[in-house]
Amino acid sequence: MTDIANAPKKKLGLKERYALMTRGLDWETTYQPMEKVFPYATYEGIKIHDWDKWEDPFRLTMDAYWKYQAEKEQKLYAIMDAFAQNNGHLGLTDARYLNSLKLFLTGVSPLEYMAHRGFAHVGRQLPGVGARVACQMQSLDELRHAQTQIHSMSNYNKLYDGFHSWRHMHDRVWYLSVPKSFFDDAITAGPFEYMIAIGFSFEYVLTNLLFVPFISGAAYNGDMGAMAFGFSAQSDESRHMTLGLEAIKFMLEQDPDNLPIVQHWIDKWFWRGYRVLTLVAMMLDYMLPKKVMSWKEAWEIYAEQNGGALFADLARYGIRPPLGWQQACDDKDHLSHQAWATFYQYQAAAPFHTWVPSEEDMAWEAEKYPDTFDKHYRARFEEWTRMEAEGNRFNNGTLPQLCQVCQIPMLFTEPGDPTRICYRESEYNGETYHTCSDGCKNIFDHEQEKYIQAWLPVHQIYRGACFGPDADPTSPDFNPLLEVIKWYRYDVGVDNLPYEGSRDQQNFQAWKQMTTSNAPTAG
Amino acid sequence: MAVKAVKEYVFDPADTQEKMGGAQLTFIGWLDHLMFCAPFAFPFPPDMPFGAIIEAVLPGAFGQHPEFAQIDWSTVVWTKGGQPFHPDPSKSLAENGMRHKDSLTFRAPGLTGIKGTSS
Repeated sequence: MTDIANAPKKKLGLKERYALMTRGLDWETTYQPMEKVFPYATYEGIKIHDWDKWEDPFRLTMDAYWKYQAEKEQKLYAIMDAFAQNNGHLGLTDARYLNSLKLFLTGVSPLEYMAHRGFAHVGRQLPGVGARVACQMQSLDELRHAQTQIHSMSNYNKLYDGFHSWRHMHDRVWYLSVPKSFFDDAITAGPFEYMIAIGFSFEYVLTNLLFVPFISGAAYNGDMGAMAFGFSAQSDESRHMTLGLEAIKFMLEQDPDNLPIVQHWIDKWFWRGYRVLTLVAMMLDYMLPKKVMSWKEAWEIYAEQNGGALFADLARYGIRPPLGWQQACDDKDHLSHQAWATFYQYQAAAPFHTWVPSEEDMAWEAEKYPDTFDKHYRARFEEWTRMEAEGNRFNNGTLPQLCQVCQIPMLFTEPGDPTRICYRESEYNGETYHTCSDGCKNIFDHEQEKYIQAWLPVHQIYRGACFGPDADPTSPDFNPLLEVIKWYRYDVGVDNLPYEGSRDQQNFQAWKQMTTSNAPTAG
Repeated sequence: MAVKAVKEYVFDPADTQEKMGGAQLTFIGWLDHLMFCAPFAFPFPPDMPFGAIIEAVLPGAFGQHPEFAQIDWSTVVWTKGGQPFHPDPSKSLAENGMRHKDSLTFRAPGLTGIKGTSS
């Protein structure tokens, strides 16, 4: 019989287990010098003296991580299946809503995958083991988010247009170069900059402005599938936020020389992230049939209040709010209107549908933006409504000038003057470069060598780099813009162009009718 | 400032005139007419006369605006890189001192957009 009292313990205590599974996992290498094992650890200029001072922001071990995530997956996929099997798409407020999902799938989901790669890379390169374990978990989270988003939205791909080639489009389409170049910029930076770029600026400062609008939008518009992946990601996001905050505090506490480097990264990455959020602003104010809140309201809650408190807290380290913060706050009255006007007029070039806001929607805009909508933007939309009624929908067929850094068309106006486009110029090695704002110019001027390589869609189109192999520029009826959108893999005339009269609109109406009446349906 | 890198970091710009097949990229914005959301980008042959921009290019780009037909080109005020610019329509872009990726704006006096809102 076993001597129970003297048998080794089968289970470790929580504290013991945590220590064993998060520390002492690394060693000083002897076959190779440490600087060759961690070749990117010092070149950015960040000085770390003691990695043991890293405080794990969440007390989670890998085994517990797998268990929690598996439970979340089970619940999520049960909801997604139920939604699909019960024709949940017919409970949407309107098929117009799906265009915001197309924007998300082409613009955001590929970034989740890049975040997975980024954190895997950084987790390998940071010499501290605590930070590495945390990055490993976040890397897996991001992969899971990419997958659950794709699975959730794939249900719509069976029934609606424009969901088919999101990955192909992400690397090519003009407006998708905005989120793509944002992440490519981050992932080609060093590991510490990446932690500030994505871990702090994006995940901490700006993430609520991305996820809350989309997920609340899903909830308000009857999309259980997208709502479910949003909630499933939420507990991960709170972990990501604390990791970003720990990363910045750790860098600032380790050495006073880190402060100016970190401050510049905050300035840069706040502005880069803010520019990407232009897409969210127009989604909130123009693309949701049932609106949740205005961009301005979202900015006031999630940026001005929450972000303001954060920067007040970081002031003790010598950190000030990012450059461009005030301009971003001032622009909250303009951003969404300027962005939607852009997509409306370049309707042929986006793989989703656009529309002019209805009289009712314009009344909502005027109520939410009492100082700006009627004064600056209503006339534009009313003119387009008039042109549509005359059968002459406004269609901008000339390619726009782009910002060298954020790659957005130069649509932003001067701070304090919404009637003038903001132009900024830099010279570098005899070439001229254009930026849309002081924020983007500042970023360019700090690292010209990086941004002169930018793959600007408009310039690439003019170089002839955006046609398929069967396009023949010598043919007399060669239509370059048509060839470009074929290269983007749009189903031309189906995925793009106005919502009114689109196949999505017709199908949704017909299918809805089948659920409520016995009217025979065409086709 | 320079990029921090683990080794020498030197790359060619992606869009030099040479890479554009010799075309001279030119950006043109019409002030006070933000119905066109952003200035336009055009690839022009450097030996093209400036007047061809006014006669052959801008009508296709800006012609949908109800005020476009009212422009009196003899009174239009141009800028290049934010500075006053007095192009000679009969001379080429190069002879007018224009370089690759110059940014031009023009203002048509008296025209301030739809309902005077700079739209």
